[in-house]
Amino acid sequence: MHPAPSVIVFTTLSGLGFGLLFFLGLGMPEVTGMVAFVFYLIAYALAVGGLLASTFHLGHPERAWKAFSQWRSSWLSREGCCAVAALLTMGVYATGAVFLQSHWTLVGALGAALSLGTVFTTSMIYAQLKTVPRWNMVPLTPALFLTLSLAGGALLAGQEGQAMGLLTLAGLTLLAYWHQGDRAFALSGTSLATATGLGARGDVRAFEPPHTGTNYLLREFAYVVGRKHATRLRVIGFALAIALPLLCLLLPVQGLMAKHLLAALAVVLHIAGVACTRWLFFAEAEHVVGLYYGKR
Amino acid sequence: MTDLPHTTSRKMGLVIDLDTCVGCHACVISCKGWNTENYGAPLSDQDAYGADPSGTFLNRVHSYEVQPEQGHAQLIHFPKSCLHCEDAPCVTVCPTGASYKRVEDGIVLVNEEDCIGCGLCAWSCPYGARELDLAAGVMKKCTLCVDRIYNENLPEEDRQPACVRTCPAGARHFGDLGDPGSDVSQLVAARGGMDLMPEMGTKPVNKYLPPRPKDTLSQTHEQIDVLAPFLAPVAEDTGGFLGWLDRALDKLPGGSN
Ligand code: SF4
Ligand code: SF4
Ligand code: SF4
Repeated sequence: MHPAPSVIVFTTLSGLGFGLLFFLGLGMPEVTGMVAFVFYLIAYALAVGGLLASTFHLGHPERAWKAFSQWRSSWLSREGCCAVAALLTMGVYATGAVFLQSHWTLVGALGAALSLGTVFTTSMIYAQLKTVPRWNMVPLTPALFLTLSLAGGALLAGQEGQAMGLLTLAGLTLLAYWHQGDRAFALSGTSLATATGLGARGDVRAFEPPHTGTNYLLREFAYVVGRKHATRLRVIGFALAIALPLLCLLLPVQGLMAKHLLAALAVVLHIAGVACTRWLFFAEAEHVVGLYYGKR
Repeated sequence: MTDLPHTTSRKMGLVIDLDTCVGCHACVISCKGWNTENYGAPLSDQDAYGADPSGTFLNRVHSYEVQPEQGHAQLIHFPKSCLHCEDAPCVTVCPTGASYKRVEDGIVLVNEEDCIGCGLCAWSCPYGARELDLAAGVMKKCTLCVDRIYNENLPEEDRQPACVRTCPAGARHFGDLGDPGSDVSQLVAARGGMDLMPEMGTKPVNKYLPPRPKDTLSQTHEQIDVLAPFLAPVAEDTGGFLGWLDRALDKLPGGSN
């Protein structure tokens, strides 16, 4: 699949933003006034920034509001509804925390649930697609999005204890996702033989493509650039997103300043790492339509 | 709503005969021609006269080579357009309701006024039947020529899809696949019509007729060329004056040996 920058930015940033909102909603940390304002500013910048980035790849961004209508059947629509509901609910909670020094626990809990729900709906947009076997893994794909979002949220919220546990969990999920994903296409049973229905007659080979140039399908679905670096990028992504931030948290340092600096470093490394694994998430995913073109 | 209808009154669709398709791409061109001038946004081209031309098409013809365990490889031309699936994933993923399946005839369409061009429906289609038009920013797909098949302004013989009407080999057939008595249904039954990627669970309405086995004359008769016996020379030795002349000329220098 073509790793569109707008979608990578969107899933990475809004995942983090909603992860942070989840912790803020649960009162972790229980902040008020100016401090709360800064926390919410960061969370909203990430979540809303990500959502805005995702509209860049639309053919008609001005009609995006129509996407709220089909929540009964469409995960993309559910994501939009859930995101707006989460942002509004957390907005109410944030108003209480910033201006009234009060924590409306119930509102916060609801906002936290909706924030996590948004990440879940995002993951289901990918996980529902039978056409991309590497994504079509429930519960692994949602688990991957959720654990990464929670780990990043905990890091941003300064919840070091939780962050260590969640980073470990996210790391394990990532490994499981890669392990299982590498087998998914073969396990799906789809091949050029079933795609053409000619498999019983012999060995099918794509002889001539329908056109001499490229087309939308090849650009969007048969993206192979950089796949040969996949293993190296997996190592880099894993180190940046999981291993190094864990190390930053585990390093025994003296003084608040050093601790804060390390925590900030952990956040930056983690974001870079998640972006790297998200690039892989798209670039490594093979759409079955590639089979018709003799490509994967 | 992009919920799918539970049943449709009819299941209009195509039957594509892989045995007779000659791979001429006439259906590709007539489809582009009709659909760029009619329903919805035109099918645009990018860099059409440049070094890297590409464009939107609703129907494309692939070619595959099938190598059986024994014998010669076979070349099979393979036209592919939307299969108007009964369980169409492209409809249920659509966030805006732009994609829908009609209850009255099962045709899957895109309402271009509502489409935001998110592309998710194309991601969900296993067959590559949807292409986002780069100029219009909306999703394009086969309409089963909905603006021809019911169009009373057209002469009756033209009230079928452009690709079916144009195919010089008669490899594309149009009709109601929900009616077991229809011509297309009978054709599917007689020829063992098949689904593409049945494991995807899309339940395509369009069916493909597999290529028929090729003649195996060479195994039953020694002589493949049935005309050869009739064309064999009646006399090998030429006698008489012409025979003498032939031999005499051969003997001259430069004559045949
Ligand atoms: S062939 Fe593709 S576009 Fe057509 S109905 Fe089936 S899934 Fe949808
Ligand atoms: S591209 Fe248009 S038709 Fe397809 S899912 Fe998006 S809004 Fe619906
Ligand atoms: S039915 Fe019409 S739109 Fe569909 S492939 Fe044929 S010509 Fe194109």
